[in-house]
Formats: sequence, C-alpha cells, structure tokens
Amino acid sequence: MKSGKFWAWVVFGIGTAYFFIPLLATFEFSLRMRRGVHSFDAYQVVLGDPRFQATFLYSVVAAIFTIILGVLIVVPAAYWIRLRLPQIRPIVEFITLLPLVIPAIVIVFGYIRMYGSNSPLPFLASDLGASALLVIGYATLALPYMYRAVDTGLRTIDVRTLTEAAQILGAGWGTIITRVILPNVLIAVLSGAFLTFAIVIGEFTMASLLNRPAFGPYLQNIGANRAYEPAALAIIAFAITWGCMSLIQILSRFAPKSANRPN
Amino acid sequence: MTDLSLSNQSIATKPAPPTEATAFRLPTQWIGVAPFFVFALMFLIMPTLYLVIGAFQTGEGGFTLDNVLQLVSDPSIANSYWVSIKISFWSAIVGAFAGLAIAVAIVRGGLPSWVRSATLTFSGVASNFAGLPLAFAFIATLGRVGIVTVLLRDIFNLNIYALGFNFLTTWGLIVVYLFFQIPLMVVIIVPAIDGLKKEWNEAAATLGATQWQYWRMVVIPVLFPSFLGTVILLFANAFGAIATAYAFAGPQLNIVPIKLYSQINGDVLHNPQLGYAIAFGMIVITGLANVFYIWFRTRSERWLK
Repeated sequence: MKSGKFWAWVVFGIGTAYFFIPLLATFEFSLRMRRGVHSFDAYQVVLGDPRFQATFLYSVVAAIFTIILGVLIVVPAAYWIRLRLPQIRPIVEFITLLPLVIPAIVIVFGYIRMYGSNSPLPFLASDLGASALLVIGYATLALPYMYRAVDTGLRTIDVRTLTEAAQILGAGWGTIITRVILPNVLIAVLSGAFLTFAIVIGEFTMASLLNRPAFGPYLQNIGANRAYEPAALAIIAFAITWGCMSLIQILSRFAPKSANRPN
Repeated sequence: MTDLSLSNQSIATKPAPPTEATAFRLPTQWIGVAPFFVFALMFLIMPTLYLVIGAFQTGEGGFTLDNVLQLVSDPSIANSYWVSIKISFWSAIVGAFAGLAIAVAIVRGGLPSWVRSATLTFSGVASNFAGLPLAFAFIATLGRVGIVTVLLRDIFNLNIYALGFNFLTTWGLIVVYLFFQIPLMVVIIVPAIDGLKKEWNEAAATLGATQWQYWRMVVIPVLFPSFLGTVILLFANAFGAIATAYAFAGPQLNIVPIKLYSQINGDVLHNPQLGYAIAFGMIVITGLANVFYIWFRTRSERWLK
C-alpha cells in the first residue's frame, strides 16, 4: 500500500494548496492598505465603520430571533413525531429538505408577492414586519439543519420513558418540553443554533430583496466600492464561520453517547 | 395533573402510555406538530405555489402558457438557464470527484489521524464559507491585482487574464464554487466511507478478488447512492447561489438567479408574470434533479439488499 499512501499525500497536498492559497492571499491582501508596509489599517477602518457596527448588530439580532423561532417550531414537532406520530416522519423530513431544493431567492420572491403591502397579511407594510419576514425566511433556510440536529439529539435519549416518568410525576406538556426534553437535547439544539448563526450572519439575497439593513447588503456595498476592506471582511467572516463550527465541535464532546447513533 | 385536562378525553379516560397507537386519532394528536405544519404551509409551500400558479397566469389572471414558453423562446433567458445549468453541473461533478478523492485519501490513505480531523474541521468551515466573503477572497487572490495574479505575472511572467481567465466565465465561477462544493462533498461522504466495513475487503480478498474488483463490485455500488445524492445536493446548492456571482459582476452576469434578482428588484423584463415563470423554471430544475436522485436511489437500493 506504499503507493496508495503516496497518492493520498498528493491528493491531500493539492487540496491544501487549493484551499489555503486563497485564504493566505486574502489575508496578505487585507494587510496592504497602507502603502509599502503591512498593517491592520483595513481592519481598523472596517471595525470602526458605524455602518459595519449597525448592520452587524442587526444581523446578530436577526440570527438570535431566527434561532428562537427555529427551536419553537422544530423541537415540539420532532418530539411529537418521536412520541406519537412516527408515521408522519417521512412527510416532515421531506418538508424540512425542501429549502435545500427551492432556492432562497424563490422563497423570498414568493414572500414579496404574497405578503406585500396590499395583501391580507401585509408583513412588508412596516419595517418591523419586514424584519419579522426576514427572520421567518432565515428560519426556513435553517430548517433542514435545525431539524436534523434536534432529531439526532432526540435519537440519543429515551423520549418515551422520560415523558412517562414526567407525566407520572404530574408534569404538563409545557413542563415536559421545557424542563425535561429541551435540557436533554440542549447540545443538539445549540449545534443547530451555531450552524444557523453561521448561515444567517452574512446572508445577502433575502436581506437585500426585503430591503433590510443587514450585514449581507453592507458586505455587497463595501465589495463594490472598496479595495482592501473586502479582504479584511472576508477574513472576519471566515473567522466567524470558524468560530461557530469550533463551538459545534466542542459541544459535540459533551453530547450524550448512546448505542442507537444516527443511521 | 393539569396535563390531563390539556390532552383529550380519550386519553384521560384511558391511562395508557402516550405512545399507544390507535387507528383513529383526534385532531388534538396533531397539536405538537401544528406549529411546524402551519409554518411550513405559510412560509414555504404557499409562497412557492403562489409563484408556480402565477407562472401560468396572464396579468389579468387568465390561464396562459406564454410565460413558461418564453423561458425557452427568449434567447437571453434561455441562455441564462443554460449557463446556470452548466456551472451547477460541472461544479457539482468536479466538486464531487475531488471531494471523494480527498475523503478516500484521509479515510483510507493511511495518513496520520490529525490529517483526518483537521480536514473534517476545515471542511465544515469551508462548506459554510460562501456568498460575498468567498467572492472577496477570490478577488484578493486571483482578481486583476490579486496576490496570486501579481505573483504569477512578476515571477513566472504569466498573465492569467491574457490567457483568458476571468471570474465571469463558466470555468472562472466553477473554480470559485468548488471552494464550498468540495468541502460539502467531504463532509457528507466521509461517514459513508467510514461505513465500509474492513471485513468486506478481507472477504473479497479471501474470495480472490483483486483490489480493482473490490472497488468496482463492492465499494462503488455501496457508495453510489450517497455519492449521487450529494451530487444532486451540490447541483442545487450551486444553482441557487447568487451572492458570490453578484459580488463579481453585479447584475450583469447572465445566470438565472441573478436574472431573477434583477427582475424582482426592477422588473427588467417588463413583464411581472415572467418573473414567476423564471422562479417556476428554477424549481422544476432542482425538483427534477431530486426526482432523478430518488429514482437512482431506489434502483441502487434494490441491488444493496
């Protein structure tokens, strides 16, 4: 197998070159704002820009609401399917996969036409409504990941026994979900949450078409008008994505291990 | 015991465990999944259906096939579909094979274990590193004054733009899209390769199979469904992607999502119904890809039994 190992290194080497050269080059480029020397000027300019702060904050808040909405929709549904309605699992799984099939731009186009100012449900008539619609749109984008994360988490615990035990002790459904089920799948929920955050934070299409002051449209604006700041923003965005994924990995170490792992 | 009053009478009178399945269900059984279905219906299914129906309507609401036919007859729209399909198809194929090669290398190549974990972590990050920042990274690298462009010009006297390289060509975009396509393939296919049992290789060897026969008759058939499924996912992933391409050229680039984006923003086609038809066409293409996938998978699962 000596030649096999050689080719494995070759493949790995080519892959490393393809993925690291752009990252290193971007980093180098981002340091060139001051002529002749390497400096962090581009980062200073970007981080000090009030529009950066405002749009970034907007997107962080939108991401947090997206996560809350996703949890409220997905956790009860996934729990209930495990407990009572296993026969509708294929339908629900199919629906959760739809956002991977229907492009985001199509979904948001549908929103604009269905929930415009003159429609029966005029989300787009007010700023707050439009922001709510953006959060809703993000929740649909995150649906496949959130559902899978929560379902995987539920798989590792004995939903029925926990529910019965809680019922015997006199717990209501609200108590069961918030104080028994949710803490047990908290790590899975958090994994889904960080993935959602990574997807949502720089999202461009929906935010731009709904005309929201989010981070994605700001990125687009800077990209079209500046030279060095976009490179700095790319590095910052990469760092954020990296941070989210690392948190997911760290969390997975605390996840309960059980015999019935995802199949 | 407040919970029992919340659940319905049939459960209250029958102290059975909540999992007991009965043929007849009262609507209260659906209460836990109701928010999910209401949400999916209102914000996923109905908006999509709205566009699909709109694609077959005239401005006054009558039935027509004109909008959909115009997708094919209008050369600019037809061309944008063709370019999008080409980019999505080739970035999915190249990304899938490159990702498979990397996955096989790190799982079966006898590389040290840190290589595997580092690659998987990186793939998780890179597969989510798309959109505008990805475009910025490639502009800083291979743009007109990008680091690599300048290095190649100064050291090797090689002007890639004189050689025809451009982000706005099909292959220019494919090179960029591979940055998220390859890692996505790695993330999905590594668990499938892990699922190949060592015993199968030994069993095949015991029966006198060569390494090539083992790959052709065991590995490829076992991996095929997940491989194909991922190719379809990569295709849809690239087909709907807009931000990266938009960052390179703004609204000029002629691919379907950008065409739809301009149409939504400013009705550049001067026919609002045509926008519905373009959206409908996108759904049909990604939908067809999935139908193919399901068809292939049922076929290959028959062989796997």
